[in-house]
Amino acid sequence: MPDILIEDVLSGNLLAVSRSLTEVENNTEQGRQLLDQLFPHTGKAHLIGITGAPGTGKSTLVNALVRHYRRPPEGSPALQIGVIAVDPSSPFSGGAVLGDRIRMQDLAGDPGVFIRSTASRGALGGLSSTTSGLVEVLDAAGYDRVIIETVGAGQAEVEIARLAHTAVVIEAPGLGDDIQTIKAGILEIADLLVVNKADRPDARRAVRTLQNMLELPGHSARDRRHHGPAAPAPQEEQQLERDHSSWEIPVLTTVATTGVGVPELAARIDAHREHLQQTGGWTNKEQVRIKAELDVLLRRRLVDRWKSSIPSGKYQVVLDQLVNRQISPQRAVDWLVEGEKS
Amino acid sequence: MAESRQSIKVLIAKPGLDGHDRGAKVVARALRDAGMEVVYTGLRQTPEMITEAALQEDVDAVGLSILSGAHMALAPRVLELLQAHGLGNVKLFLGGIIPDQDVPKLKELGVTGIYGPGTATQTIIEDIRSACQTS
Repeated sequence: MPDILIEDVLSGNLLAVSRSLTEVENNTEQGRQLLDQLFPHTGKAHLIGITGAPGTGKSTLVNALVRHYRRPPEGSPALQIGVIAVDPSSPFSGGAVLGDRIRMQDLAGDPGVFIRSTASRGALGGLSSTTSGLVEVLDAAGYDRVIIETVGAGQAEVEIARLAHTAVVIEAPGLGDDIQTIKAGILEIADLLVVNKADRPDARRAVRTLQNMLELPGHSARDRRHHGPAAPAPQEEQQLERDHSSWEIPVLTTVATTGVGVPELAARIDAHREHLQQTGGWTNKEQVRIKAELDVLLRRRLVDRWKSSIPSGKYQVVLDQLVNRQISPQRAVDWLVEGEKS
Repeated sequence: MAESRQSIKVLIAKPGLDGHDRGAKVVARALRDAGMEVVYTGLRQTPEMITEAALQEDVDAVGLSILSGAHMALAPRVLELLQAHGLGNVKLFLGGIIPDQDVPKLKELGVTGIYGPGTATQTIIEDIRSACQTS
């Protein structure tokens, strides 16, 4: 395959962008070199995460939202939109069926929209390990908004909160009761909550349940994610945390199939970006996102380096002992990392 | 160096107006189970939509399911558009109802494989694998 020219990616040449995404997704040497060169050109796009349980209408809502962005009210420019849609890989074969495009057919033929489907490839958390790199390619290629649609997520797939500037969590009527909403997890990461399929009879109740949850004291616990447990908490971040809690999480209703409520959703997403920019939250989110990416890459590199440094066969010997219950898992790690004497 | 994983990526699409997509779904599932990443785009795709999806998804192969008899119009058009978009390296496969007398002509045009009813999915998997040998 011929080399990809960085100028072509930056000018938005579709073939160059598409091939770059593949190289980055496969984490090839060329992909890493591309990211080296593209990274200085990133940081312009508004990254919007769309997450929620399977069947709540994520892809359909992305379709409706992008259509809205592409047909703006008179006087405002149509935005260039990139979409990264993640679907799960089979844990057995490693293969995947990526079906999000089925719901995005209205966007076909629009040169201002670039949709890329990607498989989670074994990563937990609702994204793949290279999703952040894919987003960076589209950002550098000049897309004004990059929408990241996660794997149909349950309760713990919260990685999107670290990747996106604005996390939209989609619910649908009739899923779970009010105890589900006070459990930790996906609802906590929302900057905006959307009850889709709002033409269903029990939509009002779903909205009320979410509003009740938001009114519970202590919901601002969501702000913890902006730091992560291991992060230090300098004064600056304290300040940002207070700013963050001044954002009131709206509960919106949409009918993605007809477009009802979509202009309001787009307006609230914009309002959230403005809020972040005014309060310094944008910088904070950028730091969190880049730190998360750095940590993932660092971990991967260290594990790879360690794997290539241990004598061949040692891993298997320790594993055998572990399987035979001669040593505990903790001790196995000690032996592998510290050496046998411990 | 970090580990990299490459899967063969295939677009499965149903051009034309007939609504029978069971075959396409069976193939999509079989390719998934063979470890491939399959972009499924659903029904009523025009050659333009198929090419656009192939371009954005950077697939190695495109599989079309055609039961309507329009294969002699649709397949050459898709090949032509792929070529025009710099995707001449993407392999095209056809499945569905394709009369035997059309097969030589389609292969001559550049269709890599053609599969009628009753084809074992394993045959399709092996053909795609050998046509899309990734380095």
